[in-house]
Amino acid sequence: MTRETYVNAFTLALFVAIPLWAVVADEPFTITLMTRAAIFAIAAVGLNIALGLGGLVSLGHAVFFGLGGYSMGILAYHAQTYMSLAEWPLLIEGTKSMPVIWLTAIVVSSLAALVIGILSLRTAGVYFIMITLAFGQMFFFFAISWSEYGGEDGLSIYVRNGFPGLNTLDPIQFYGLCLGLLCLVLAFAWRLANSPFGLALNAARQAPLRVETVGLDPARLRLVAFVLSGAIAGLAGALFADLNRFVSPVMFSWQTSGEIMIFVILGGVGRLFGPVVGALVFVALEHWLGGLSEFWHIYLGLLLLLIVLFARGGLIGLVAGREAVHD
Amino acid sequence: MTEQPVSATSVPQMPVLETRGICKSFGALRASQNISLDLRPGEIHAIIGPNGAGKSTLIGQICGTLKPDTGSVHLLGKDVTHDATRLRARAGLGRTFQISSLAMEDTVLQNAVLGALGASGKPWRFWKDALHDRSLTQTAEEALLRVGLEDLARHRTAELSHGQRRQLEVAVALTLRPKALVMDEPMAGMGPEGSRLLTGFLDRLRHEAPILLVEHDMDAVFSLADRISVLVYGEVIATGSVEEIRANAAVREAYLGDEA
Repeated sequence: MTRETYVNAFTLALFVAIPLWAVVADEPFTITLMTRAAIFAIAAVGLNIALGLGGLVSLGHAVFFGLGGYSMGILAYHAQTYMSLAEWPLLIEGTKSMPVIWLTAIVVSSLAALVIGILSLRTAGVYFIMITLAFGQMFFFFAISWSEYGGEDGLSIYVRNGFPGLNTLDPIQFYGLCLGLLCLVLAFAWRLANSPFGLALNAARQAPLRVETVGLDPARLRLVAFVLSGAIAGLAGALFADLNRFVSPVMFSWQTSGEIMIFVILGGVGRLFGPVVGALVFVALEHWLGGLSEFWHIYLGLLLLLIVLFARGGLIGLVAGREAVHD
Repeated sequence: MTEQPVSATSVPQMPVLETRGICKSFGALRASQNISLDLRPGEIHAIIGPNGAGKSTLIGQICGTLKPDTGSVHLLGKDVTHDATRLRARAGLGRTFQISSLAMEDTVLQNAVLGALGASGKPWRFWKDALHDRSLTQTAEEALLRVGLEDLARHRTAELSHGQRRQLEVAVALTLRPKALVMDEPMAGMGPEGSRLLTGFLDRLRHEAPILLVEHDMDAVFSLADRISVLVYGEVIATGSVEEIRANAAVREAYLGDEA
C-alpha cells in the first residue's frame, strides 16, 4: 500500500465518521455540510476525468451542474403543481422520484456535453477555456430569462424528492445516498483511469501525436471523456438542487465552474481522491473562515496560491508525495 | 492478340510505400519538389541530406501530418494522400520520431501497451484494467523484449536515458506489427555502443518490415542501406546503391564532402 492509499482511506473514513458523530451529538447542520462536501466531490470527480486524465481545462462545467439542477427543479416543479411538462406528442409528467430525476440529469447533461464538446474541442488551450466559459454564460443568461421556471429568482421545491425505501427528509439518510453515489462515481473514475480508454486518454494528454501514430483518434478520446465528465457533474447538480430544495441560475454561473475547478486543484489534479479532499477542505474553510469574515475568499485565494506554487500535486501531493507508478 | 508470358522474376516487386511527385511549399519556400521515391519489400531505403533539405517535411507528408500540395502517397498500393495519420497507422505504417514522443509520466510498459491498444483498435473499454489484459500486455512485452527493455518495463519513461527512449520508440512501433516503418533519426544522440546494437537490430528488422530511414549517422547509413536517396533543397538529386551514391559527383559536392 502506498502512502496515497492511506490518505484516501483516511479521507473516506472522515466522510463516514464525521456524520456519524453529528448524529450522536445531534448536529444536523454538520450533516448538511458533509452532504454539501460529498455532492461537490462528485462534481469535482467528474471534472477531474476531463481535467486530470484528459488535460481539458473546462471552465464551463457549471453548465452540466446547472442542467442537473434544473432537471430536478423542472421535474419536481411539475410534480408539485400537478401540471404535465408536455402533452403532445407524449404525455410527460413531473416526478418526485430521485432515480428518474438522476437519470434525466445524466442524459440531459451528457447530450449538452456532447454538443459543447464537439464545438469546443476543435480548439485547445486558452481558446478552449474561453469557449467553455462562453457556453456557461449562455446557459446562465438563458436561465435568468426563463421566467416560466423562476427566472432570476430561481425555483423552490417544497419537499425533497423521494428514493424507494428511504426517508430522504432525514438528513443522515439523504447523506448516505450522496455518499453511496460518491463511492460509485469514485469506483468508476478509478476503473476508468486504469482501463484501456484511460490509458489512451492519458497518453493523448501527454503526447497526442504518439496516440495518432498508433492509430487512435485523440479528438474522439477527449470527446468521450468530456461527455462522461459532464454526465457526472450533471448528477451532482441534481443532488445539489435536492439538498437545497432550490435551483437558481447561480448554478450556471462561472463562479460555480471556478469552484468545481478549485476543488480539483486544491486536492490534486489527476489524483483519484484529489477532488474529494478538495471539496471537503473547501466546505470546511467556507464554514469556518466564512464565520470569521465575509471576505474569507481572500484566505482561500492565498491557500490556493501556495498550493499551486509549492505543491504541484495539490494537498494529496503535499501529504502523499509523488504519484506511485501503477502496476 | 497473344499476351507475352511474364516470368515472375522480371515483375518488379510492388513497393510497400511510394510517393509520386509530391510537392509542398511554405510560402516561397519549396520544401518538397516533385519527390518520387518508393520503399520495396525487405529493404532499407535511407534518406540523407543536409539540414533544411526538407526531410522532416517529406516524412510529415508520408505519415499524414502534412498534406502535399500536389502528388500522392501510396501505402500497400492504396492511395492514402487524404488519409489522416491514424488511418495510415491502421493500414500498417509504423513511425519513430526524431524527438521522442512518448507519454513521459507513464511507465515503459504503458507506452508499449498503448501501441498494442492502437493495433487492437478497441480503446472503448472503460472498466477492465489495461495492464491485466493479456492480449495487450503480451504484444507489449514481446516488443520490449525485442529491443532489450524488458527489465525496465515498470520504470517511468521519464527515467529512461536518451538512447533507451529511442529503443522504446522502436518497441512501440513494433507493437503495431507494421508493414512499413518510417524512422526519423533513430540513432540521434545514441552512444557508439547503442548505435551499434540498433544497427544490428534494424539490419534484421528489414525482412519483417522495410524501413525508410532518415539518418545523419553515415556509418549506419552506409552499412545498412540497400538504397540511398539524397535530398537537397527539397529535391531528390540522386537515388542509388551505396556505391553509386558514394561515387556520385553531385552528391559529393552537395553533401558528403570529405566524409565519403
